[in-house]
Amino acid sequence: MTKTAPEAPPRHSDDPKRKLSPAAQRFANASSTSLGPILIKIILIAIVDATAVFALFTAIGREAWAIATVIAAITVLINVVYFKKGWLPAKYLLPGTIFLLIFQVFVIGYTGYIAFTNYGSGHNSDKADAISSLLQSNQERVEGSPGYPVKLYNGDDGLAMLIERDGQQLIGDENTALSALEPASLDGYTELNFADLLGRQQEVTSLKVAVSDNPADGTLRTSDGRTAYQYTSSLKYDEAADTMTDQDTGLVYKDTGVGAFTAEDGSQLMPGWSINVGFDNFTRAFTDSSIRGALFSVSIWTFAFAFLSVASTFFLGLFLAIVFNDMRMKGRKIYRVISILPYAFPAFLGGLVWAGMLNKDFGFVNQVLFGGANIPWLTDPWLAKFSVLWVNLWLGFPYMFLVCTGALQSIPQELSEAATIDGAKPFQIFRLIKLPLLLVSVAPLLISSFAFNFNNFNVIYMLTEGGPRLEDAGLNVGATDILISMVYKVAFVGSQRDYGLASAFSIIIFVIVAIISIISFKQTKALEELN
Amino acid sequence: MSTDTSTTHTTPSFTPIPRPARRTFGKWFATTGWRHLIGVALCIYSAFPLLYVLSASLNPNGTLLSSNGFFSTVGLQSYVDLFQNEQRPFAAWFANTLFIGLTTAAASVFLGALAAYSFSRMRFTGRRVGLVSLLVVQIFPQLLAVVAIFILLTSLGDVFPALGIDNQIALIMVYLGGALGVNTYLMYGFFNTIPVEIDEAAKIDGAGHARIFFTMILRLVAPILAVVGLLSFISSTSDFVLASVVLVSPENQTLAVGLYSYVSEEFTSNWSVFAAGAVLAALPVMALFLYLQKYIVGGLTAGAGK
Repeated sequence: MTKTAPEAPPRHSDDPKRKLSPAAQRFANASSTSLGPILIKIILIAIVDATAVFALFTAIGREAWAIATVIAAITVLINVVYFKKGWLPAKYLLPGTIFLLIFQVFVIGYTGYIAFTNYGSGHNSDKADAISSLLQSNQERVEGSPGYPVKLYNGDDGLAMLIERDGQQLIGDENTALSALEPASLDGYTELNFADLLGRQQEVTSLKVAVSDNPADGTLRTSDGRTAYQYTSSLKYDEAADTMTDQDTGLVYKDTGVGAFTAEDGSQLMPGWSINVGFDNFTRAFTDSSIRGALFSVSIWTFAFAFLSVASTFFLGLFLAIVFNDMRMKGRKIYRVISILPYAFPAFLGGLVWAGMLNKDFGFVNQVLFGGANIPWLTDPWLAKFSVLWVNLWLGFPYMFLVCTGALQSIPQELSEAATIDGAKPFQIFRLIKLPLLLVSVAPLLISSFAFNFNNFNVIYMLTEGGPRLEDAGLNVGATDILISMVYKVAFVGSQRDYGLASAFSIIIFVIVAIISIISFKQTKALEELN
Repeated sequence: MSTDTSTTHTTPSFTPIPRPARRTFGKWFATTGWRHLIGVALCIYSAFPLLYVLSASLNPNGTLLSSNGFFSTVGLQSYVDLFQNEQRPFAAWFANTLFIGLTTAAASVFLGALAAYSFSRMRFTGRRVGLVSLLVVQIFPQLLAVVAIFILLTSLGDVFPALGIDNQIALIMVYLGGALGVNTYLMYGFFNTIPVEIDEAAKIDGAGHARIFFTMILRLVAPILAVVGLLSFISSTSDFVLASVVLVSPENQTLAVGLYSYVSEEFTSNWSVFAAGAVLAALPVMALFLYLQKYIVGGLTAGAGK
């Protein structure tokens, strides 16, 4: 390939019509002029810039200043790097680095920020959003208010409501408040007929159209699609005092700095908003006994799981590598291919399939192998731990088998021959010569395997979902949960989602992982010096 | 091992004279025979669960209990049911997984190769720092930042729906964030094995950096591109955490998320249909894996884990 490169261009410039092979033709075209690549470059950057400008306007339109700033910065950077002469390394590094910075470096930092907030169920948004959603959610029909004749239309953004008030026609939908109807604005809308009304009753009754931009004015709703009534909140927001008053009970809720309007008796109005809570999440993790116990036992199990997984897969893999590393044995290839199968099988499916096989009541293991016994493989804390390790051994030993085979075969034969001549027995050769050499080449892989298993979410979650649940824990955490699955469950499983606490756990894991890495890097260096 | 002792015990009482025969069997057993015993046990351990799934998938309308009869009934009804379930669109999951996996693989190979080329061929200030920080970044898996990723995508989605929650492009971009750290190192080592003289010769012949990279280097490093592409395909298709958080509606989900919902929601009754889905989901990956086995094993020992 490379040798033909210089020859192609001259031939092309001598006689452009001479027939060349398609590959040579392409090559010749590309090399005859440097206009092509520059054109491609300009077109690509033009596309990026056009997209960026569009995105910038969208972001500014939605008043998302942070996003707009980032987009502008990235776009300027791209243009500078690719149009400036020189800066060659930057041209090659920039695309990947942008993704790396946003979706790996930034999100880690952002995790740190969230760990100091009470972000989570009921604290999802800022205060203004919380106020307007409180005013919208606790609504009751205004007593004695008149009904307005209503027509419902189907538009691009869902249902729209057309009402007549004081002889004026007004239109609005879920996202836009009522406004005077302009003659042309009904284009693209179709009126709902009676059958549609029946078919979409759910949608119709849940439609709320704001009366004005002020949430305190309430909304219009209709239950039958013919008449709409005004609904206002039973809560009243007093902007000056920053309090919510429940007009039915007279209870006053204040912003006491906990991220929700709180009454004197401690009751809170939900949703609240997210606030900075300082080290609250970390203090909770380490002092609240129900969380601390769970965090402690999960951490211990994470280490035990990762260590035992590495140890079990490594020893089985090493044993098999030694067993099958005999030139006289026939059919080694078949054994090897079959034993690799679990490794090729997607890990998440492995977990799900074993979950079925180990099922207490109907699973294959209990029904067939143990003759109908009811062994709680996945529901007893200790058996579940054993099962998780067992399944992870099934998934992971082929990797160690392959690695150890490779390492054993790369050890020069002369070493063991020399040792035999010196009178060493086979086991001595293995223990004193082969094993140390093997460990040197395999140690980094054992460490990376440990790191992998430390966060081996799929096996745990697919097999047991972390269960059985720890009874004394204040969180939804189980006996086989490892740290990463605990983070996932605290943040995304169940109705009570606590992003702040989950992020705090993430930060704790980051610290643990960093410490292990520092130690293990030093350790590997020490091992390399041995060699 | 126990078989070893029993054979040596029983044979002498039978035939006292033909010692050589006994010794050859004993010898055979001592050298390679016992290895075959272990080999057979190994095959059962590794292949049995796979055969079990296959038999369960061929058991029409099978529940978890009735799937225990090994290949007792054979029919393809479950495969038909699998594609007709509208709440769980298996075909869409399959297509989504392929789309996300292939796009992620192609893009991360490309991004990684660009970075590896500059680290391997160019000398610039910050090169060492760059390499070391790539190593450091790798220590912290993206998985741990899943909460932040979720919140970031939620707020991005408010402005650009195409980059928000429940969008596959957003998920691919998240995967690409993790691409550089993992892949660059694997590639960097391989790029270094290609002699610099080739670049220099091309440079003297008048080739620019882009042409050297796209037309020469990329072809010479094809094996490592295949390994990195495959590893990133496998890791993105088997990811559950990020995919389950980002993709919400059933028609957008991937196989990992979809098949999990199959099992978690109707565990025992739908077992056969799930097994059919598992077989179809695993087959392409396994075929690819076994086909490219040699490459992968080389790449794996260079530092990847499962």
